[in-house]
Amino acid sequence: MGPGSSLVCDIRMNSVLPPELQAKYQDPNRIRRILADTRTIAIVGLSKDSQRPSYFVGSYLKYEGYQVIPVNPTADEILGERAYPDLLSVPGPVDLVDIFRPPAACVEIVQQAIQKQAKAVWMQLRIINLEAAQLAEDAGLEVIIDRCIKMEHGRYNGSLHWVGMNTELVTARKARRYF
Amino acid sequence: MQNNKRQFGFETRMLHAGHIPDAITGARAVPIYQTTSYVFDNTDYAAQLFELKQYGNIYTRINNPTTAVFEERVASLENGTGAVATASGMAAQFITMMTLLEPGDEIVASAHLYGGTVTQFTHTFKKLSVKVHFVDPTQLDTWAAAITPKTRALYGETIGNPKGSILDISALANLAHSKRIPLIVDNTFATPYLCRPLDFGADIVVHSATKFIGGHGTSIAGVIVESGKFDYSHFRTIADPSPSYHDLKFYETFGHYGFLMKARAETLRDTGGCLSPFNAFMLIQGLETLSVRMDRHVSNAKLIAQFLHDHPRVAWVAYAGLPDSPYHDLAQTYMPKGPGAVFTFGLKAGNPRQAGQQFIESLHLFSHLANVGDARSLVIHPASTTHQQLSDEELRAGGVGPEMIRLSIGLETAEDLLWDLDQALSAISE
Repeated sequence: MGPGSSLVCDIRMNSVLPPELQAKYQDPNRIRRILADTRTIAIVGLSKDSQRPSYFVGSYLKYEGYQVIPVNPTADEILGERAYPDLLSVPGPVDLVDIFRPPAACVEIVQQAIQKQAKAVWMQLRIINLEAAQLAEDAGLEVIIDRCIKMEHGRYNGSLHWVGMNTELVTARKARRYF
Repeated sequence: MQNNKRQFGFETRMLHAGHIPDAITGARAVPIYQTTSYVFDNTDYAAQLFELKQYGNIYTRINNPTTAVFEERVASLENGTGAVATASGMAAQFITMMTLLEPGDEIVASAHLYGGTVTQFTHTFKKLSVKVHFVDPTQLDTWAAAITPKTRALYGETIGNPKGSILDISALANLAHSKRIPLIVDNTFATPYLCRPLDFGADIVVHSATKFIGGHGTSIAGVIVESGKFDYSHFRTIADPSPSYHDLKFYETFGHYGFLMKARAETLRDTGGCLSPFNAFMLIQGLETLSVRMDRHVSNAKLIAQFLHDHPRVAWVAYAGLPDSPYHDLAQTYMPKGPGAVFTFGLKAGNPRQAGQQFIESLHLFSHLANVGDARSLVIHPASTTHQQLSDEELRAGGVGPEMIRLSIGLETAEDLLWDLDQALSAISE
């Protein structure tokens, strides 16, 4: 379990973004708010292959209680959930769009996320497209770049700590689960 | 919410990193989770854990909540991305190498290493068809010359045992990275308070936590820390599908955690060299006072090194904190607070073997034993103890002579230590 109140410590490791972009796109309190407020996550580029990173992330998020919607034109069903060829084909609302596609594909995905009225866009580790990020921000979406949603969830729920990783969380306050 | 930019200092992290008080009990000290195993939420969760799709506790041979506090705290202090605790320092380096290497691989290592490490590398690794080339760590050319297409890592000690040579970490990191191989540094003698090798470009740090990290001489332990910055995408053992994990590709799946996840979920699991939760608890107590202890260890060591340097019955003192040490400049670069508290000196005597014996038998406060980094001052005669398995050739390569005495300076009153050394030196017959 992670810290209960707002974070006062810096989280900086394991990103290639410069400090000013880390401050803009990796704010720990914003990440925690997104993880807490989100119910439905469309994972664009979620693989059918159970040993791919996107599948690890999808199965983790599903187990943690999120509704995961696979977006993959080559699949009918992934993780027991119906898959859709693109975001616009998803019938219901989407809170968060998590992107596992190359940077070049991000602008189009963000355009669809805006059309779907998603609340936030998350580009996974090393998937960096600042133009797509700006597009999303201009439309009022929250944006996270160059972080893994599974690692971040594990950072704040305490499980990443259990495997000996440096969560960079430092506090003397009693733990409280935030999401 | 206003300030989420605070970077907490080293001492704050010694006390707080890796431990958030428990949500239910609020226990302020780190509890000892003396348990082998953990009840699963349900069958789905169990399956997810075993496939590494969830981070969680499975079995104490793989992870444990008390040990995790020790691991994260050391990772934080070393500025690493994470850590894996092990049963001993020897297990830490063994697990590191067994994670990185395959039969037929080679490593290039400093010749100025702990004798037990030399033995492990030379004889145990030979059984695994891994060849280690030992080189003079002070000569960068000799490292470069020993690298072959089969070389998979460079290895050295921050402060070389037993001659006190200082590893040129930045230069070796550049050399290693030009060959796309990692630099592994044993940081036992410096501790992360005096030197953080990852900050200078090293990729993996290993410790015998038995020493200064514990500080009390009660518990054997080791730890592996990784930077998370090395690109393993070409490194077969970390990047290729793993046959012992349903063809999982650790580097692709876990990225900057890939090496450590593999070290834990495969090598630690399969070799069994885990740390006991009780020992992890003991080491956590040590970490909480690390900086305070190291400052005193270093100030005592500097006084004693200078005293011996000026003593008529001492031939030489190998301490990089002395201005005339050939390693003084490197020590200033890599550990400006001081090059630790373990060093050697040579007795000036006609029969150095006998003089060594007389000296050790005459000491009152220094404990004669095979360890370093205790709160108490320690002494040993390497040629007849720690290095006795080495051949004469290996001894010479390691820089160990019959006149050599190794000291580990403790936290006692400095004047008492000086008195003890002086009276023992006087007891040596001419």
